[in-house]
Amino acid sequence: MLERIGVSDVDALFADLPAAALDPVIRLPPALTEPALIQLLGDRAAGNAAADRPDFLGAGAYRHSIPAVAAHLTARSEFVTAYTPYQPEISQGTLQSAFEYQSVVCELTGLDTSNTGLYDVASATAEACLLAARVTKRSAVALLEPIHPGTVDVVGTYARGAGLRVDVLRSPEEAGADHACLVVQQPDFLGAIVDLEPLAGALHADGALLVAVADPFALGMLRAPGEAGADIVTGEGRDLAGPPHFGGPSLGLFAARSEFLRQMPGRIVGRTRELHAPGNGAGEPRTGYVLTLQAREQFIRRERATSNVSTAQALIALAFTITLQALGPRGLREAAELCYQRAHDAARRIAALDGYETPERGPWFSEFLVRGPVPAADLAAALRARGIGPGLDVSERPEPEARGALLFAVTEATPPAHVDALIEALSEIGDEA
Amino acid sequence: MSASGPGDDFGGRLSFDRGVPGRRAVDVPSWDGEPTPLPESHLLRDSVRLPELSQGELVRYYTELSARNYGIDSGTYPLGSCTMKYNPKVDDLVASLPGLAEPHPQAPAEEVQGTLRTLAELAGGLGEITGLPAVSLAPAAGAQGELAGVLMITRALEDRGELAQRRRILVPDSAHGTNPATAAMAGYSVTQIPTGADGSLDRATIERELDASVAAVMVTVPNTLGLWEQGIEEVAGLIHHAGAYLYGDGANLNAIMGRVRYGDLGFDVVHLNLHKSFSTPHGGGGPGAGPVCCRPELARYLPTPVVVECDDGVVRLTEPERSIGRLQQFHGNVGVLVRAYAYMRALGLEGLRAVSGQAVLNANYLRVLMGDHYDLPYDRPVLHEVVFSGTRQRRLHGVRTYDIAKRLIDHGFHPPTVYFPLIVEEALMIEPTETEPPEAIEALAEAMIAIAEEAGRDPETLHGAPWGAPIGRLDETTAARRPVLRWQEDLNDGP
Repeated sequence: MLERIGVSDVDALFADLPAAALDPVIRLPPALTEPALIQLLGDRAAGNAAADRPDFLGAGAYRHSIPAVAAHLTARSEFVTAYTPYQPEISQGTLQSAFEYQSVVCELTGLDTSNTGLYDVASATAEACLLAARVTKRSAVALLEPIHPGTVDVVGTYARGAGLRVDVLRSPEEAGADHACLVVQQPDFLGAIVDLEPLAGALHADGALLVAVADPFALGMLRAPGEAGADIVTGEGRDLAGPPHFGGPSLGLFAARSEFLRQMPGRIVGRTRELHAPGNGAGEPRTGYVLTLQAREQFIRRERATSNVSTAQALIALAFTITLQALGPRGLREAAELCYQRAHDAARRIAALDGYETPERGPWFSEFLVRGPVPAADLAAALRARGIGPGLDVSERPEPEARGALLFAVTEATPPAHVDALIEALSEIGDEA
Repeated sequence: MSASGPGDDFGGRLSFDRGVPGRRAVDVPSWDGEPTPLPESHLLRDSVRLPELSQGELVRYYTELSARNYGIDSGTYPLGSCTMKYNPKVDDLVASLPGLAEPHPQAPAEEVQGTLRTLAELAGGLGEITGLPAVSLAPAAGAQGELAGVLMITRALEDRGELAQRRRILVPDSAHGTNPATAAMAGYSVTQIPTGADGSLDRATIERELDASVAAVMVTVPNTLGLWEQGIEEVAGLIHHAGAYLYGDGANLNAIMGRVRYGDLGFDVVHLNLHKSFSTPHGGGGPGAGPVCCRPELARYLPTPVVVECDDGVVRLTEPERSIGRLQQFHGNVGVLVRAYAYMRALGLEGLRAVSGQAVLNANYLRVLMGDHYDLPYDRPVLHEVVFSGTRQRRLHGVRTYDIAKRLIDHGFHPPTVYFPLIVEEALMIEPTETEPPEAIEALAEAMIAIAEEAGRDPETLHGAPWGAPIGRLDETTAARRPVLRWQEDLNDGP
């Protein structure tokens, strides 16, 4: 090869690089063989808390029962090792599954248009705010508490770049005529189910949009936000795709009313037909799928694009789609209701313990507040000392029900034995207090 | 192997169309405890419309779909600028170890030291490789890393009191589309810098445009022509002298890993694409990871979180003092970062140098093998990729680059990137990567040469290609004009 190219060695191919900067000292650990690498990462895995111990953290990431078939199919290397389907003739696997994904997201959210997915729920929500500002031509966005603090932070990051003001509201009445949208989390950050319809009505009367940040699993039983009047729905898909992976890879759901189609960020797949019938041309052109409406996107529109997003989370979207399609209409509803029942049963058992209460803020889905006989931080520490991962400490939040409380999540995937262990531990802690 | 014959309209029937009421793929346990009444009905929905398939049917449907895809594991995938190299399987294995896959993102640092130490060492390694020691692993992809970098520059200008007058970002005309899109997203206006005859930035234009209204210059090194950006270290000096920052698009790190560092060349902040250079699987369009690396002076602006080993020996997620904020609810695409760490540890420095050496050798081998048959607008040794032009084929035979790319599918290859960079007419941007053996590069060149010859002999065959793919050319115009973007019950009744 070197002879054919006409150089004496590989280093000669780097002759254009400035000699003064060439071959610097770079300190990296020595190469590892495969067995040594597996050993090292195995040690790292063991350096984390045991994967199967009881854990009641939720607050934006929830463990669900993912059908084994989702991981199996998603691992097929034709899906895993392909890239963005620029060549539709040999990318129908990615494209048709992305169309399946868009269809599932539209059904869940009650909206007409979905892209193929963004990075995560918070960045998707930030993109929703940017879209709302573009279409309403307003320069402020509002978020309604209680909302995940990470979402507030990410919307702030994106909004600063776009020159938008961000207001975090305690009450929807504070949303004013200069807000492009109000962002409402469903269920909210403390677990309560929100009645979106009255919010949508009031916002639309003011010319603002309703952005609902909805948990797609909860949408297995909760009213579709689009039907309740939401204009854009975002959500986190990671929890229906696989294990939490310390938060990512994640998947940002993004669906909108079809009038915003040409303002959408991200890739969109459309259905079409072959230009010509196959073979000798005797038959009918076959159905296929392509990336479409690309005139919105950065690689064509450059500085006038609707977003800079390019590579997102396609493989996670595939796993999400297969999970929901494996559950099917009845399975999804049953799983959501099982989650609701198990969470409420756990809350009831905790509330029955001496010294504990579970303050409610209306109907809720799978997360609940627990106030114990000792301060929240002490309660969390005492649970940890017993090998149980406590709920998130929300004791400093402004909502009166959250004061002094931990936020527990119980889902259909929480083993009943773990709930029993929690009850026993809480009871012991109560006895000692 | 595709189970469907040529007459079968496989794509016309989605999973939704294949379902049978009552069929299901999995069972859900029933609740036999004390029932809690459901919320009021106005808060609830009817069931979600989803397909009703047995598990076997669902598996066959998606298996057939996978057979209609082409990945690196299928064959050569020389998509320029995307670094489609083979992904070592051990990286997937270690990332899926339950101890690493299961931790909850809100778990306290003490309970996730295995993960955090891994992330800290990855960040440290990226700092060494780029010569920009301050690193945040938060960005989910290259474009988000770009946004982070530009917003960091915004903060720095704010602290210098110069944000109000520095409202422009200079971007070469050969740049990835994400560069100008990012600059615009961060509120800047974009000035395009032309490429000179040598394939590098036009120095005179840069010198003329650099003034007190410029916030930053975004430069891709090596650039999208596959060429070294001549005199970039001098350009860096000019940029700094003008009070602006030099932003690096590190998408093409694969060409220079272990040989030259962005920091040593004068870059202030750079993003990397770990799914490219560090060989994590591309997933059909993600997940990737786009860490951002910067000089120590800019570290205080990095996106949250930054992984830091504290004095007590515990590794923690921290928020830099003047952070631009979070980019995601949690900490980034950790599962991808673990794969990238494994890749780095498996190779070490000598391995990374071998990667860049072989990648550049392969691109040049392809350049000389194909050079007599396709125009080379910048005819000189290249780095990781080579950009040909199909102008000769268009002029002589009326065959477009588009046709050449489609015909390459019939030869069993994934086509290269086409019509990018925008400054090359009928561009064919080919990046073979280091993992293709010489035989594969020779076979690719032979196929391209055969197509060039066929263009003269039988252009119609190229115009209609591909002929052997699971589906023929699709009507993209109608797809955009009358968008059908979701399943509906009556989808198959239409035209």
